[in-house]
Amino acid sequence: MDLDFSTVELAFRDEVRQFLAAELPADIRDRIVRGDHSHVREDTIRWQKILHAKGWGAPAWPVEFGGTGWSKTQQYIFETECALADAPAQLAFGIKMVAPVLMRYGSTEQQNRFLPRIRAADDWWCQGYSEPGSGSDLASLKMKAERDGDEYVLNGQKAWNTLGHFADWIFCLVRTDSSAKPQKGISFLLIDMKTSGITVRPTKLLDGSFEVNEIWFDNVRVPVTNRVGDENEGWTYAKFLLGHERTNIAGIGWSKRELRRLKSDSAKVSKDGRSLLEDPVFGGRIAQVEIELTALEITNMRVIFDEAAKKAPGPEASMLKIRGTEIMQRISELQMELLGASALAYAHDSDDSRATASYLNLRKLTIFGGSNEIQRNIIAHMILKL
Amino acid sequence: MDFSFNDEQQMLLDSTRRFIAERYDFEHRNHVRATADGWSRDVWKQFGELGLLAINIPEADGGIGAGSVGTMLVSNAMGEGLLLEPFLSSAVLATHAIVQLGSAQQRGDWLPALATGESIAVLAHDEASTRFDVMHIETQAVRSGDGWRITGRKSLVYHAPAANLLLVSARVDKEIGLFAVPTDAAGVTLLPRTTVDEQRAADIVLDNVAAAASARLGEDVREALQVVLDQGLAALCAEAFGAMDRILAATIEYSRSRVQFGVPIGSFQALQHRMAEMLMHLEQARSMSYLATLRCTDTDPVARRTALSAAKVLMGQAARYIGQQAVQLHGGMGMTDELEVSHYFKRLLAFELRCGTTDEHLAVYHQQIR
Ligand SMILES: Cc1cc2nc3c(=O)[nH]c(=O)nc-3n(C[C@H](O)[C@H](O)[C@H](O)COP(=O)(O)OP(=O)(O)OC[C@H]3O[C@@H](n4cnc5c(N)ncnc54)[C@H](O)[C@@H]3O)c2cc1C
Repeated sequence: MDLDFSTVELAFRDEVRQFLAAELPADIRDRIVRGDHSHVREDTIRWQKILHAKGWGAPAWPVEFGGTGWSKTQQYIFETECALADAPAQLAFGIKMVAPVLMRYGSTEQQNRFLPRIRAADDWWCQGYSEPGSGSDLASLKMKAERDGDEYVLNGQKAWNTLGHFADWIFCLVRTDSSAKPQKGISFLLIDMKTSGITVRPTKLLDGSFEVNEIWFDNVRVPVTNRVGDENEGWTYAKFLLGHERTNIAGIGWSKRELRRLKSDSAKVSKDGRSLLEDPVFGGRIAQVEIELTALEITNMRVIFDEAAKKAPGPEASMLKIRGTEIMQRISELQMELLGASALAYAHDSDDSRATASYLNLRKLTIFGGSNEIQRNIIAHMILKL
Repeated sequence: MDFSFNDEQQMLLDSTRRFIAERYDFEHRNHVRATADGWSRDVWKQFGELGLLAINIPEADGGIGAGSVGTMLVSNAMGEGLLLEPFLSSAVLATHAIVQLGSAQQRGDWLPALATGESIAVLAHDEASTRFDVMHIETQAVRSGDGWRITGRKSLVYHAPAANLLLVSARVDKEIGLFAVPTDAAGVTLLPRTTVDEQRAADIVLDNVAAAASARLGEDVREALQVVLDQGLAALCAEAFGAMDRILAATIEYSRSRVQFGVPIGSFQALQHRMAEMLMHLEQARSMSYLATLRCTDTDPVARRTALSAAKVLMGQAARYIGQQAVQLHGGMGMTDELEVSHYFKRLLAFELRCGTTDEHLAVYHQQIR
């Protein structure tokens, strides 16, 4: 057994670090540091194009699709180092969500058409799964797709589409058979956001941000060739996607970076002649969360190790999601507590409000991506067999 | 021992609740928070007519004198309705300061206009330096002829932009003095801020502001000011209780109506246990709100301080648990600006941070017991 990276992996880490030091634009990094979301679209695209030019645009894809061919450990190192260097996160919807589905179930034509544009940040994708009435119970989704010759005609509504207002394309789960069992009548469609009949409406969130949208479909016509795989088999593909890409589900890189920030910030606040980092009560809480993060980091490595050993992806991902999001929320609580009463003054998108904004916004972590209650149900059913 | 309210108290609670239900529903609040002022003068005037702004003014001074319990019940209702008006700032904190520290002349000059709502006063005490020591202020008042000159900076004073009168604490040598300064006095600059619970506040810069001798309330107010702050804290706790009570009710209601997997989500035992936990936090919070209310006028400073800090700690923790879980149980809807739940959540967050944070009060309590 060995807890440490091999010399080869360490050399890889240094290569990533050197690349980040040389190539991450200072203005983008500065906005990430300040929690300034005003340039999310431009920054995400610019950074993706830089990664793409280096050949690192799609770390987890196989080489034949233009990926890096990196091991899971390398992917993990890459993501963690990117977060620690204050690089923007890559847009998951294209690279991590729809792309693996296309590689596995898409036609060659679909693969050729979409994958290069995803990698090069030429298309912005968003995810259209949830509906107002179908969140945790996704299989109950209602948005209708009726066949009319070579086209589907779509009517209905999607909800909570993250950054859908920037999207060129959306991948949707739609109902193609209402008579079958809920899971049986669902199809997986790729939809051009410019198609007529699509209306995007922003949803204002509690922190004052506009990052999610409602999307209405009114007689939207989509070519049947934009269906991935077979009709009524979309649930299988959606489930495949959910079990995919677990190396970074725990957000270890983000937590390490924010914990580092919390420590350096708390060293600057003094109470009774010493800093809050030195204060046994506050410093003790930082220590506590760091210990939990250490445990989760090792657990994450164990999952990666098992994956590399080709053990089937198991429900351990649920555990990484639950504990990872709890730790992220805990760090954001401490960042706010560090400020005391000055966390009260609030203006969305002001530098001073970064900690409070992040605390409010990160409540979402335990709700989306399969809520933490649903993840516990999965653990109970799949691991404990209850 | 008696945990019942007398008829007058019950009437005060009922009439305030009725007013809010009729005039201040969530839609109206949305309208109010979007206005330039961020609160409603119209509602404020009606509070004056209902006598709510006089409940902390003794009968001898022409008020109603409803006492701490009365203030608690009105504050409960204000929290339930998420009101944005300066009730706590003016009708509790500033009013108590004037009642307890003002001369007969000063009380006569200021209280009647506060009672009608014509005038609004706020207590400007907190500074960057008060975080770990409430009475550690840097603002100074120096003698100048018959009067005073005041210089300093006050942080995030709730409702200062609404006020025409500021009650400013300042160091006078080793004492702490309290001075009444009109908001429009020369040398006063307000830097407006909005708080996380969407109330209006301001940092206040005082640059060599002149105050007449008659503007000083009392002498060394160190002890008395602490009593005033404790009375304000008790009212804030009551307001937070009102918000907790409602956000739990809204969550239970939502869990009955939201259907997933063919059943109301309230039928899932995991969520039932969560709501049971929220209820226990709520009941513990209620007990501590009573403690704060009944001890905030205690003449024994140690008994008073420990009670108030204990209340703030436990209620701050309850506010966090109940607020977070309410958002969680609403799923994505809990994250939106559209539903009431996120607004209660932010009010409860502000409660945790205001008038001394949970951590700061835990430290105060610890100080008292060691
Ligand atoms: C900020 C944000 C971004 C999002 N981005 C996207 C996106 O890009 N694309 C997309 O398709 N979706 C997105 N979502 C939607 C997200 O996936 C859903 O919010 C999530 O699935 C929960 O569904 P719901 O909101 O309908 O809550 P509900 O399913 O109504 O859940 C309400 C509460 O009940 C609990 N609950 C439900 N069922 C059970 C059960 N069986 N046992 C115990 N507890 C249960 C839940 O855990 C939750 O606490 C986003 C959501 C948010 C908040």
